[in-house]
Amino acid sequence: MDQEVYKVPTMAEMAASNETPEVLFWVGCAGSFDDRYKRVTVAFVKILNKAKVKFAVLGTEESCTGDPARRAGNEFTFQMLAMSNIQVLDMYGVKKIVTACPHCFNTLKNEYPELGGNYEVLHHSEYLQQLINEGRVRPENGETFKGKKVTFHDSCYLGRANDIYEAPRQVLEALDADLTEMKRSKVKGLCCGAGGGQMFKEPEKGRKDINIERIEEALATGADTIAVACPFCMIMMTDGLKNKEKEDSVKIFDIAELVAQANGL
Amino acid sequence: MAVLQQVIFIVLLAGVSLLVYRRANLIRRTILIGKDEDRTDEPGKRLATMLRVAFGQKKMFDRPLIGFLHFAVYIGFILINIEVLEIILDGILGKHRVFAPILGGFYSYLIGFFEILAFGVLAACVIFLIRRSGVKVERFQPERHREMSGWPQLDGKIILVFEIVLMLAILTMNAADSVLQEMGNPHYAQTGSFVISQFFKPLFTGWNENTLVIYERFAWWLHIAGIFAFAVYLTYSKHLHIVLAFPNTYFSRLSPKGKMINMPEITSEVKVMLGLENQNAESVVPERFGAKDVMDLSWKNLMDAYSCTECGRCTEACPANITGKKLSPRKIMMDTRDRLEDVGRNMQANGGEFVPDNKALIGDYILEEEILACTTCNACVQECPVLINPLDIILQLRRYKVMDEAQAPGSWNMMFQNLDTNQAPWKFSPADRFNWAEGVK
Repeated sequence: MDQEVYKVPTMAEMAASNETPEVLFWVGCAGSFDDRYKRVTVAFVKILNKAKVKFAVLGTEESCTGDPARRAGNEFTFQMLAMSNIQVLDMYGVKKIVTACPHCFNTLKNEYPELGGNYEVLHHSEYLQQLINEGRVRPENGETFKGKKVTFHDSCYLGRANDIYEAPRQVLEALDADLTEMKRSKVKGLCCGAGGGQMFKEPEKGRKDINIERIEEALATGADTIAVACPFCMIMMTDGLKNKEKEDSVKIFDIAELVAQANGL
Repeated sequence: MAVLQQVIFIVLLAGVSLLVYRRANLIRRTILIGKDEDRTDEPGKRLATMLRVAFGQKKMFDRPLIGFLHFAVYIGFILINIEVLEIILDGILGKHRVFAPILGGFYSYLIGFFEILAFGVLAACVIFLIRRSGVKVERFQPERHREMSGWPQLDGKIILVFEIVLMLAILTMNAADSVLQEMGNPHYAQTGSFVISQFFKPLFTGWNENTLVIYERFAWWLHIAGIFAFAVYLTYSKHLHIVLAFPNTYFSRLSPKGKMINMPEITSEVKVMLGLENQNAESVVPERFGAKDVMDLSWKNLMDAYSCTECGRCTEACPANITGKKLSPRKIMMDTRDRLEDVGRNMQANGGEFVPDNKALIGDYILEEEILACTTCNACVQECPVLINPLDIILQLRRYKVMDEAQAPGSWNMMFQNLDTNQAPWKFSPADRFNWAEGVK
């Protein structure tokens, strides 16, 4: 079989050829710049290609949604970024957005409407679940997860913030993985420690770092794979795993990477 | 003698009503010192939330045993109030069991039902008191949670003792009443023994009629005076949640928890800066960004503070608190209420107007270190059984610190700078934003 050719069309290219994508893939800053999360972006793009989804990205026309500025109390910077993004999105007539970042997801979905930006916004866990349900993606030709013990770490901005608990779990179950829950999960899920701007500053004085507390819970399940669905969680949990010197025996993957692996992508 | 009792009762009732009215009015006025915010949309949804969360106690049942015990106290208090109505009428009219002749045989069933409820309240309160004093429930321990030392801890126990005394008064009063009925005292209408208090009757074996009447009157007065005292005490106590839980759940936020309250006052300025709008002479720069003190918060944030019963479920779930940071969402609510009580006293002392006292919620009550430690994870909001939102207050205080005082931590300022210049929180060139696509091969 020939080497598959993956495409990453931009909105600008689409507009130039008078085409409209089914969905805009909002990559986010971590997905664009963080070396680890870039691999998630690539995995998701491969899945979209394989599922023959007509998608596009903004490329260099994308900016931060403004979430970290807003949570850190800087409303000016947030609104500047949000307003510019809305201008770009509306210029291209974007209707539907999918993103792998729960923070981008929350901001685009819940906070842009008040500033004039109205879109249908999905998190990639919901989108992957839809693709699986529609039969556009099915685990085949790749790694099998049957009997593999996987635990899912809820992202606060997906879970409590937006009540999405089942979509990522159903994606994992579709892979036949043996899903095992941590002591604190779903509505009781413990934060990784990165939200609310914490990603960008040192923590306040305390007994322990939050990501250490959380990785201990994840390790206590005995799972050899920790699944996440958020770039910040990925960074914090990976950091915690290094601290526990368990990087060799336990792996952390985004749910999109696991789906890609199951498809040999 | 009977007339004297009636007069004392009426004076007491009037005095208590006045005290409670004045306290309630002060609390109302301190809540309204907050900013306007419309929370009257979607009344159907709001009513459903109140019925589910306040009347139905839905979130309390997350922990079934505690939920059940709490429900026993709650339902007891709501329904026993029907009997309080009779007691008040008896007191004013100088009658005894004024409803008995009206309701006939049904009356005994009704009192029996109330007695079962009273017993439930009694048992639950005894268990709660043991739990608070003996079993070391982590979230109540002042050694671990500094906001619990002193008054808050005592307050919790006083309330339970109050309720135990009230329930014992009513049950022994009914028992003495039954014994007097059996003696054929004409003042005590024949209702028969009651379902729970019959077991208290042996306490009164060998008592003569006069002593029994004195005890019955003593227990009656103890019960009703206790209720009056409790009504006044309530307004100073964390126990105010028994009233405010209802409006507080009704007016709670209906939007997804992740959504932060917008600042429309900034929007027009941003539009001017982006060239989307011309400078408008009418656009006024707000005198303060974010919240420095309680008057900068919304009235709902302030009602939240009065509704808090300091149970600490929020703090127990807070990742910052769990890992030993100074932040405790319960303390945020308690500090807000403390500030409001101080503001209320200030208003009382100055003819109803608040006179600035050089204090502010942030700095004098809540420390910057606390609000900076928040991860905005919404665990506190999720946990609260009466839908209080500590996160909303934290974020408004942050806005003040960062925008008004320009007091952000250095690394946040770096992040803001990166966002302003590179549109990313890290120091990367916007031109490199699409380079990841090279990895898709």
